[in-house]
Amino acid sequence: MSAYLARRLVQAVFILLGVTLITFVLLYALPADPARMIAGRSATAETVDRIRAELGLDQPLLVQYGRFLGRLGRGDLGRSYAQKVQVTELLSSRITATVWLMLGGIFFELLIGLPAGVLAALRRHSRLDRSVMLGAFLGVSAPQFVVGLLLLYVLAYKWPVFPLGGYGSLAHLILPAVTLGIAGGGWYARMMRSAMLDVVHQDYVRTARAKGAGEGRVVVRHALRNALLPVVSMIGLDFGTFMGGVVVVESVFSWPGIGQLAWQAIQIVDIPVIMGVVVLSALAILLGNLLADLVYPLLDPKIRYT
Amino acid sequence: MVKPHPTGVGPAADAGRPLLKRPPLRPRTLWSRVKGSPSALLGVLVVVLVVSLAIFAPWIAPYDPSEQFFDGLTIEGRPLGPSARFWLGTDLLGRDLLSRLIYGARVSLLIGVAANAAALSIGTLFGTLAGYFQGWTAMIVMRATDMMMAFPALILAIALAAILRPSLWIVALVIGMVNWVWIARIVYAQVLAISGREFIDAARALGVPTPRIFWRHLFPHLLPTLLVWGTLGISTTVMFEAALSFLGVGVRPPTPSWGGAINESQSYFLEAPWLVAFPGAAILLTSLAFNLVGDALRDAIDPTLRGRG
Amino acid sequence: MRVRWLVLVVAAVLLVPFAGPTAGQGRNTMLVTFKDDVSTLDPAIGYDWQNWSIIKSISDGLMDYEPASTTLVPHLAESYTVAPDGRSYTFKLRRGVRFHNGREVTAADVKYTLERVLNPKTQSPGAGFYTGISGAASFAEGKAKEVTGIRAVDKYTVRINLDKANAAFLHTMALNFSHVVPKEEVARLGADFGHKPVGTGAFRVKEWVLGQRLVLERNPSYFLRGRPYLDQITFQVGVEPNVAFLRLQRGEVDILGDGIPPADFVKVMADSRLNKLVAVGDQLQTGYVTINTQVEPLNDVRIRRALNMAIDKSRIVRIINNRAVPANQILPPLMPGYDTDYKGYPFDREQARRLLAEAGYPNGFRTTLYANNTDPNPRIAQAIQQDLATIGVRVELKTLAQSTVIEAGGTKGGAPLLWSGGMAWIADYPDPNNFYWPILSCAALAPGTWNWAWYCNRSVEKLVEEADAMVQPTQAATRAAKFRQIYRMVMDDAPWIPIFNERRYTMHSARMGGVKGIFVDPIHIPVHYDEVRILGR
Repeated sequence: MSAYLARRLVQAVFILLGVTLITFVLLYALPADPARMIAGRSATAETVDRIRAELGLDQPLLVQYGRFLGRLGRGDLGRSYAQKVQVTELLSSRITATVWLMLGGIFFELLIGLPAGVLAALRRHSRLDRSVMLGAFLGVSAPQFVVGLLLLYVLAYKWPVFPLGGYGSLAHLILPAVTLGIAGGGWYARMMRSAMLDVVHQDYVRTARAKGAGEGRVVVRHALRNALLPVVSMIGLDFGTFMGGVVVVESVFSWPGIGQLAWQAIQIVDIPVIMGVVVLSALAILLGNLLADLVYPLLDPKIRYT
Repeated sequence: MVKPHPTGVGPAADAGRPLLKRPPLRPRTLWSRVKGSPSALLGVLVVVLVVSLAIFAPWIAPYDPSEQFFDGLTIEGRPLGPSARFWLGTDLLGRDLLSRLIYGARVSLLIGVAANAAALSIGTLFGTLAGYFQGWTAMIVMRATDMMMAFPALILAIALAAILRPSLWIVALVIGMVNWVWIARIVYAQVLAISGREFIDAARALGVPTPRIFWRHLFPHLLPTLLVWGTLGISTTVMFEAALSFLGVGVRPPTPSWGGAINESQSYFLEAPWLVAFPGAAILLTSLAFNLVGDALRDAIDPTLRGRG
Repeated sequence: MRVRWLVLVVAAVLLVPFAGPTAGQGRNTMLVTFKDDVSTLDPAIGYDWQNWSIIKSISDGLMDYEPASTTLVPHLAESYTVAPDGRSYTFKLRRGVRFHNGREVTAADVKYTLERVLNPKTQSPGAGFYTGISGAASFAEGKAKEVTGIRAVDKYTVRINLDKANAAFLHTMALNFSHVVPKEEVARLGADFGHKPVGTGAFRVKEWVLGQRLVLERNPSYFLRGRPYLDQITFQVGVEPNVAFLRLQRGEVDILGDGIPPADFVKVMADSRLNKLVAVGDQLQTGYVTINTQVEPLNDVRIRRALNMAIDKSRIVRIINNRAVPANQILPPLMPGYDTDYKGYPFDREQARRLLAEAGYPNGFRTTLYANNTDPNPRIAQAIQQDLATIGVRVELKTLAQSTVIEAGGTKGGAPLLWSGGMAWIADYPDPNNFYWPILSCAALAPGTWNWAWYCNRSVEKLVEEADAMVQPTQAATRAAKFRQIYRMVMDDAPWIPIFNERRYTMHSARMGGVKGIFVDPIHIPVHYDEVRILGR
């Protein structure tokens, strides 16, 4: 188990190195000069040059990357070019909003997806099954910004049940979370259904049934529990993607999360902030996957990591 | 957010499920399967409709999609609602929304097909190499896919679009570069399963050159999978393009694009919700149709999965 | 087991309270909403429309403007004198003005502040305004330890010497960048000074929660008697303009920081109850297209004039709901030197086509227009594109992130045409030379600067230098006349297509008031925070 963990950690470090290096090269190639953005419109070419030197942007790519890694090793992501605040401070000011949105999104994904998937599997090939699956496809085919805008129009403008976007209370969270839940719920429903169908034909479920366990009990105790495995891995993946910033939903609902931060930083080539977001979300993705893998043995004693 | 997987049957479930039987790729069999399912039929219908709109746009569209009508806006600069003259109303520049949506089908489909072709080619190439040679090659390819999966995909796409200047083909390329990872993984798993089988060993023993083994023995087995994922992928791509355009980094104006139409009218959606609803419906229907068709194709090709997916 | 888990999640979501912003209105306080977070409040660094006037309320410069006007008055300075040659200014400081930390402001602080702005380590976007001070260049290059041109003559007297006369110098002493900051606090806080600013201003920062709110409280020992009127101002961020608009109608918000949402604008102005809450005024802004004077075929003045005649500006104004007026010249109407007699190029496509034919392009040509990718700029760019197509000029649009557009504009031959919106030129100070030096002068003709037309006319430059030497107040009228001549010459060369001048529409709650024009103060956007008051108090 610890050997497995160690291997995963080493892998994670290399992946992180790769991700940061690629991002760094991309930003380096960007046809925009942060020094000019900082210098402002009244600056002379000399001022711009001085600022560039001050930021170390006149150094070769590898030297800059080396410095970045050196700082990263100390947990320092540098300061935002635009706001002069520590990037870590900026990220932490946004992370609460993102975590709330993530929890809300996953909550509605599960709330919509799991029951739908189970129902469809239990009533396989029925009209209910077919409508649930069509609904699931509708959910995954609907662009989030369309769903979000329409939810806003209907539930926040025509019938003002919820606030028109923004952040600050539970009521603000519902619509963006539901928007995420509708798309994600479709995936979960389909996956849950297929996982349930896989399981109900397994021997132990048949045995349980043969022993006279009630259908509900069979579903909950045996089938559901095992069908949850892929769901857990999916939540792990979601955790990563959500932390990377749900740019579109955050933009529709003006949710002050990581995605909005990244979007604004890209507009003005605020390199330390962009790098910070990339590092954070890569870490979250790696962590999410790892957690999913680690939860497996808890749910299914047959799986062991060595 | 970009979902990892066009079907959502996460990697844990059946991404790597190899299709070992000789593929029943006869069109007639496919058609008889499709006929049996109302949702698949709906999918095919919509796909045919969208494709015809795209092809025959110049003859169907009532107006030039880029023409900004002087009387297409009120005197205060507000867009017009649906009317006999402009069936779906006008956008914020006084252009006919219907014509823009019809021409927008071209952009969505072109990008859907091109981006998928890119993702499929790159993914198949790397997946096959890794599965066939295994060892170091597989190690490198798989770690590369790990890395791509640890990337915030949309942020990567936005950054690329900013560097490479958005044009239709660049957007397609960007999407392809983000999406190839999944194809590579699926193909890898399949090739791994197939290349362990006797006929490949036999071919190797007979000294058949590697490219020939690829082409004659491996590829035909991959084809059905690629067809399924290619179709499902168009759906993801259409949505991805819409998202990029919605954020203002997709195809550049005045090229009509569904996502772009929503981006341009976002500030007005409370006043003129049809400006969001119509393009939104176009994206939704197209994406849904390709999903349904892809799903039906998979059922048809792999009977063991029938009713499961 | 699963059910229990779900219950737990629900409970967690319901019970853990959000750190909600305090939106309640106290008695003598004001609530302003913004969509985007307020960025740094360091006077040497803050340079966006949002933090600009907040900084003005936290710190002070030697000079300032009378509220709701562009009239320059001494502020931290009690008085000043100008040498006859205009190359030396002597400021007498007010006595007893104290920083928020209690220490008295002295001449040494003024010197320190300006040197800090000029120091490349500060990375101040305002450094360029002060490079005309004697010795500034060698200080910035690190060759000198101090700026020799700034001298603290005694505790309350500062003398500043310039390399050459600059009629706008006093304006630069009112810019935020020169607002006096205490050395010891900057040293103590380092780069965090921008989030814990210390100045002399009417307000000081009480609380700042990144991404949520900024609260300013009254500085009880502010040196201007009776100011500020308010006890506290809360800036709530992350509020969508639509939401802010609805909340203002319910009386929960006092000022719409981001303005009236575009879609509601027409409705508001037509509503006799709502339009009473809207103050209308001008601002020091021109929206324009730069024409790169150094690329083929735009280097031919006839072509540039033709482009000027092909644009239907009134239609573009309509696209933004008539929130602007069509422009025919470089300067906005509010600016001294604006030429009311000048008529500009006519909207005449026939003549435009003739000019193109004369220049050897009877069938037009292909070119590229760069524009910012945030609404409404892509729409405006598309309208320009369609207009130019009517005279055969086929324009390819590049709508890109702000930074990329600025980079293209600052690259020689990079951007043939560039729409300025979204990066627009709102003047730094109300002097006509502000529209010349950074964006139209030969001095700014270098990669990376903002002269995106790559325009340089030596005879114009000479005239501007002459005008800038007219530093005495008595010469103001002559100087304005000279600038009218200058900008007519510039328009003859047609390096720009002036499109429109935006107007200001500030919406405020019924209980807010102040001197006339306070809500459309040309210097303070959205409002002069020191001068605004609750009616009836």
